[in-house]
Amino acid sequence: MNPALQGLITIIVGVGGCIGYFYLSNQFLDKVLFPARGKHIGRNINRANMIRPWLFLFPAIFALALYLGYPVIETLRLSLTDRSLDGAFVGLDNYAQMASEPKFWEAMRNNMLWLIVVPAISTAFGLLSAQLTDRIAWGNVAKSFIFMPMAISFVGAAVIFKLIYDTRPANQDQIGVLNAVWLMFEGGPGSFLFLRLLPAAIVICFALLMAYVFYLALKPLIRRESARAGGSWWAVPLRLFAGFVAAWMIWLSAKSVFSVLSAEFAFGAPQTWLTLPFWNSFFLMVVLIWIQTGFAMVILSAALRGIPEETIEAAILDGANPFQIFFKIKVPQIMGTIVVVWTTITLVVLKVFDIVFAMTNGQWETQVLANYMYDKLFRANDWGVGSASAIVIMVLVLPILVWNVYNARKEMN
Amino acid sequence: MSSLSLKDVCKSYGSVEVLRDIDLEINQGELIVFVGPSGCGKSTLLRMIAGLETITGGTLEIDHERMNDVPPAQRGIAMVFQTYALYPHMTVRDNMAFGMKIAKKSRSEIDAAIANAARILQLEPYLDRLPKALSGGQRQRVAIGRAIVRNPKVFLFDEPLSNLDAALRVATRIEIAQLKESMPESTMVYVTHDQVEAMTLASRIVVLHGGNIEQVGAPLDLYERPANTFVAQFIGSPAMNLLDAKVTATGETTSVQMADGGRATVPIASRGDDAGSAVRLGVRPEDLTITDSDEFLVSADVDIVEALGETTVLYFMSKNGEAALIAKLPGIHKIAKGTNIRLTAAPEKLHLFDDKGISLLYR
Repeated sequence: MNPALQGLITIIVGVGGCIGYFYLSNQFLDKVLFPARGKHIGRNINRANMIRPWLFLFPAIFALALYLGYPVIETLRLSLTDRSLDGAFVGLDNYAQMASEPKFWEAMRNNMLWLIVVPAISTAFGLLSAQLTDRIAWGNVAKSFIFMPMAISFVGAAVIFKLIYDTRPANQDQIGVLNAVWLMFEGGPGSFLFLRLLPAAIVICFALLMAYVFYLALKPLIRRESARAGGSWWAVPLRLFAGFVAAWMIWLSAKSVFSVLSAEFAFGAPQTWLTLPFWNSFFLMVVLIWIQTGFAMVILSAALRGIPEETIEAAILDGANPFQIFFKIKVPQIMGTIVVVWTTITLVVLKVFDIVFAMTNGQWETQVLANYMYDKLFRANDWGVGSASAIVIMVLVLPILVWNVYNARKEMN
Repeated sequence: MSSLSLKDVCKSYGSVEVLRDIDLEINQGELIVFVGPSGCGKSTLLRMIAGLETITGGTLEIDHERMNDVPPAQRGIAMVFQTYALYPHMTVRDNMAFGMKIAKKSRSEIDAAIANAARILQLEPYLDRLPKALSGGQRQRVAIGRAIVRNPKVFLFDEPLSNLDAALRVATRIEIAQLKESMPESTMVYVTHDQVEAMTLASRIVVLHGGNIEQVGAPLDLYERPANTFVAQFIGSPAMNLLDAKVTATGETTSVQMADGGRATVPIASRGDDAGSAVRLGVRPEDLTITDSDEFLVSADVDIVEALGETTVLYFMSKNGEAALIAKLPGIHKIAKGTNIRLTAAPEKLHLFDDKGISLLYR
């Protein structure tokens, strides 16, 4: 049979089946089960109305249970059994084996790196572009361009960026943009400015930002401000943790300033960007940032427009400059939305698979958890360890998911 | 001493002129109310004083300093918005402190200013609350507090009561009047479309209409001696009745004759060449009384009677169904619909406007 005809039949059967189900089940409820006549007419109508929502919910609940609920339980079972031993229960052996593999810890480390970098940069760029495009005449055009990557699949984006990172031998024309730019540097003052001073300045700025975060996190602990409504017991450990993370970041960036300034560069030689350990993870992250910035921008732009104009005018009268208005008036008012955007991107990042699969397949130390799971499950055919890593991903995603839904609901009220 | 002066101030958006040649001197300690119908430019004028709208032409001076291009924060003004415009993520205390923190004032200075404002406005128990935990009236008090803390030369109020319910509006209006009394040195500019607010609060009222100032004066001056038919009908409720008439005698007093036979001699001087010209006789509904004599202003059939107890309002409809004349009589009058009655008013309560609508008093 012609595939197009097959598709058409599928659509007709699917849509017709849906309509038939909803129509017939409601007819059954109203005419047979609780008919709106006879002695108990009022009671029957009430009961029919109590059941009706479940008729409509049933297909979704059924599909969710079948395709989401059951696989979770089955994956959990698989992760605790060994297929080669006829599905014998082996306890946490699969987890132990996974924990002993360096590739798993590499994936965990990379995932954490993705988790910090991608949501932060995507949200920051999204916020920045939302604020800036709102203020210019051709902002809507700019917005469309920034949003466009959202329409591209992750694999498509990966292919585009593979071309950007492409390498040709030194005597040929470079078709990769990054190498073409790289070959423009040959160790002169321009190279010093762009490859040493500028990165060092960026790292120092980051360190200063972290120092500010450190200060913000610990200030209320040192200088007891008046007891406010909303201060709760978990704020203290959270602040200590944030302060610790910030201090660690300062230490890391201070170290890397020296390495940036003293690094040896291979000028004139085309680089195979995706094989440079540590840095190649960032080259992969760029792809996801490129995609997610558009998402963050659209949501945050709507939130920025929802801020009452008068609070901004009041801030102008109070003498705030544009930066103070942005950071002290606008950003706090859309903090809820920022958190939702951040956590939504975090969820995408934790599940990131396509980009790594299409660009490096986890080689050269770019492994991430989802690709590790795929490797184990479908390449090594190790169902136990594969399922165990799937469970690990789920456990990592779950709290963020709950928090995301909680925040999104709070935003809606 | 003039603390705020507007000289030939204009505002236009592209080719649309919204304010034309506004000239106004506001003295220190005055409470000036801008009043007018929607779209008359009163809020725009206030926002130009605040610096939120640019001034297209003319000069704005505060304390004899040209302020046209001075940033809003340095003009020495503070503004209270219609929607309060409180920062929702800050406590009441932080809302009031924000401006001073931006200005890098010392902590003790900020605390003293906030304590003072909170005492004046009785906000002490709410200082650590967020705006969402306050009622509408309390929020408006915080907005006023934020203005007080800035210690401005001029307070600007942009319809501060229109978001409050009726009972709260009266209470807050009285609070603002008391606030003004407690700060006699401060100048206030207040925008409203509500003439009751204008009459009760203002030391002088500025009536705006279609981008022009129609009249500036003390509330009762505007009521007793309106400069033109617009002010005459805008101030007072129900609006002043305007009757078409012809001048029959001129001089120290002016005699007029209405089309339906009513006559009046008004103690307003007129020129000799006014004789025979068409004028409009203005009389407020509350100044009309019923009479039996032949010296009457109007003789007509009552169309609608509204007995309110304290007053009785009579409506006389014109042929096209609009209220041609309204009379507001004190007390209870048992008058049947359709009764022909004669109305008159004391001569000194009458107003005369020429064919352009300008009062003969102000020609």
